[in-house]
Amino acid sequence: MSILVIAEHNNNEIKVATRQVISAASKIDDNIDVILIGYKCDEVSKQLSNCVGVSKVLVVNNEKFKNPLAENFSKIVLSIAKNYSHIIGPASTFGKNILPRISVKLDVAQISDVIKINSEDTFVRPIYAGNALATVKSNDKIKVITIRPTSFDPIPKEGGSGLIETIDFTEEDTSVEFIEREESSSERPELGTARVVVSGGRGLQSAENFKLINEIADKLNAAVGASRAAVDAGYVSNDYQVGQTGKVVVPDLYIAVGISGAIQHLAGMKESKIIVAINKDEEAPIFNIADYGLNADLFEALPALSAELDKLNTIEK
Amino acid sequence: MKILVTVKRVIDYNVQVRVKSDGTGVEKDNVKMSMNPPDENAVEEALRIKESGKADEVVILSIGGEKSQETIRTALAMGADRGILVQVDHEIEPLAVSKIIAKIAEEEKPGIILMGKQAIDDDSNQTPQMTSALLEWPQATFASKIEINDQKALITREIDEGLEKIKVNMPFVASCDLRLNEPRYASLPNIMKAKKKPLDLKSIEDIGIDVKPRIEQIKVEEPPARQKGVMVSDIAELVQKLKHEAKVI
Repeated sequence: MSILVIAEHNNNEIKVATRQVISAASKIDDNIDVILIGYKCDEVSKQLSNCVGVSKVLVVNNEKFKNPLAENFSKIVLSIAKNYSHIIGPASTFGKNILPRISVKLDVAQISDVIKINSEDTFVRPIYAGNALATVKSNDKIKVITIRPTSFDPIPKEGGSGLIETIDFTEEDTSVEFIEREESSSERPELGTARVVVSGGRGLQSAENFKLINEIADKLNAAVGASRAAVDAGYVSNDYQVGQTGKVVVPDLYIAVGISGAIQHLAGMKESKIIVAINKDEEAPIFNIADYGLNADLFEALPALSAELDKLNTIEK
Repeated sequence: MKILVTVKRVIDYNVQVRVKSDGTGVEKDNVKMSMNPPDENAVEEALRIKESGKADEVVILSIGGEKSQETIRTALAMGADRGILVQVDHEIEPLAVSKIIAKIAEEEKPGIILMGKQAIDDDSNQTPQMTSALLEWPQATFASKIEINDQKALITREIDEGLEKIKVNMPFVASCDLRLNEPRYASLPNIMKAKKKPLDLKSIEDIGIDVKPRIEQIKVEEPPARQKGVMVSDIAELVQKLKHEAKVI
């Protein structure tokens, strides 16, 4: 058996999700190669070769592949796919975009969003927005899998000694062209990997009021999240969205403010270690899963919370 | 130009699903079913493209049991022109679904195929990408804006980091994000009119695709339940508990 992991990176550094996927791969077998496709990504290949558990880093370094277009990336992976028993990527928008193209061309069924690995061919994945867990067994010769990154601890960045090899691949798909990327910049920790997340919902009533959430987040060194209702109402941009159609987060502490707790939101946060809900509707479903609930008006509760946090000076920065 | 839109009949998104006690799946009998939400966005987008004069026919395709006709009728009532149902009596995987769609696309020759980005029952998020790869057409997944100019389309995609724009040649496959548009409601007169619109029934044998599942479902179970927590009386108590009991701040 041997496993191919598709690396997600931005040409400067690997994403944490990549280390989480390698961690998942290591539960299947310890023969793990990582394919790195990008441009001027020497630094990234070094980072990958230093990751614990990586046998080989296969690098395709070409200006044509600076941006991850699924048509190109899937063809590159397919050119070496036959050497592997498992092809694995993150269940991020990057991985979800690329892997099904690989799967269909190999004529195998893909298994999406795996949260647990039982054996080399048996996996657990959530269905119905996380309201049921399916244990599935793949009978295909090559298993194509996307991993829910937050379900696995990232492997250490240091201590590995993978070999770096170059793959020569130049064929480009001309039916699609990358135009531009607008990344939302934030000084705060990344939502997907933050230790604390403070999320606001429709209860905030305006984009302006979201500053109350930001203030709490900054005091806790937390990432800011939002419910779909808050995003649809235009309070914050949609990369803040936590839920089935947004991001799945598993922080130590999740504070839900003015969020009722629709099924689709719960799918994105109910694995959090500690859940706090602040809502003035005592019937809100979010209270059913919260470890600590406060039935109060958020416009009074948030300033009070802010003042209370100022009294503590033990927050880990 | 013709637009092909795929729709799936799923358990309504408001239903709290129940896992069967024998672990074979979830309860589907006497449960409210409706069109998969992102598929509604796909139908709406197709209608808007047609209304802008850039398409002349919107064809709806569904693959599933006989009752999927209702889902197709819903799309026809929204304004689509005709429907095709490929009848299959059991759940089939995205791999087989994409092969069927590609086969229908070869017959129908649409300029665009619009699909929802994922079905809210199996949460696979695979079929559009697979269909695109089979047809060797470009793909535009998680689309929140589609602008068609002549023989190309400019697509805005929702990605983890924010937004991305790509330009694709026609024909292409797009998978629709919930932010693409606000789907319209079908009016009563349109629901009546939709009953008369053509709906072509095909059997899976007609298509000639092997739909045997590749993945065995060993069991389906409830996720571990969270313990119901406690209500606190004020912020001071909350902060004390987070600090000393939960030890998270």
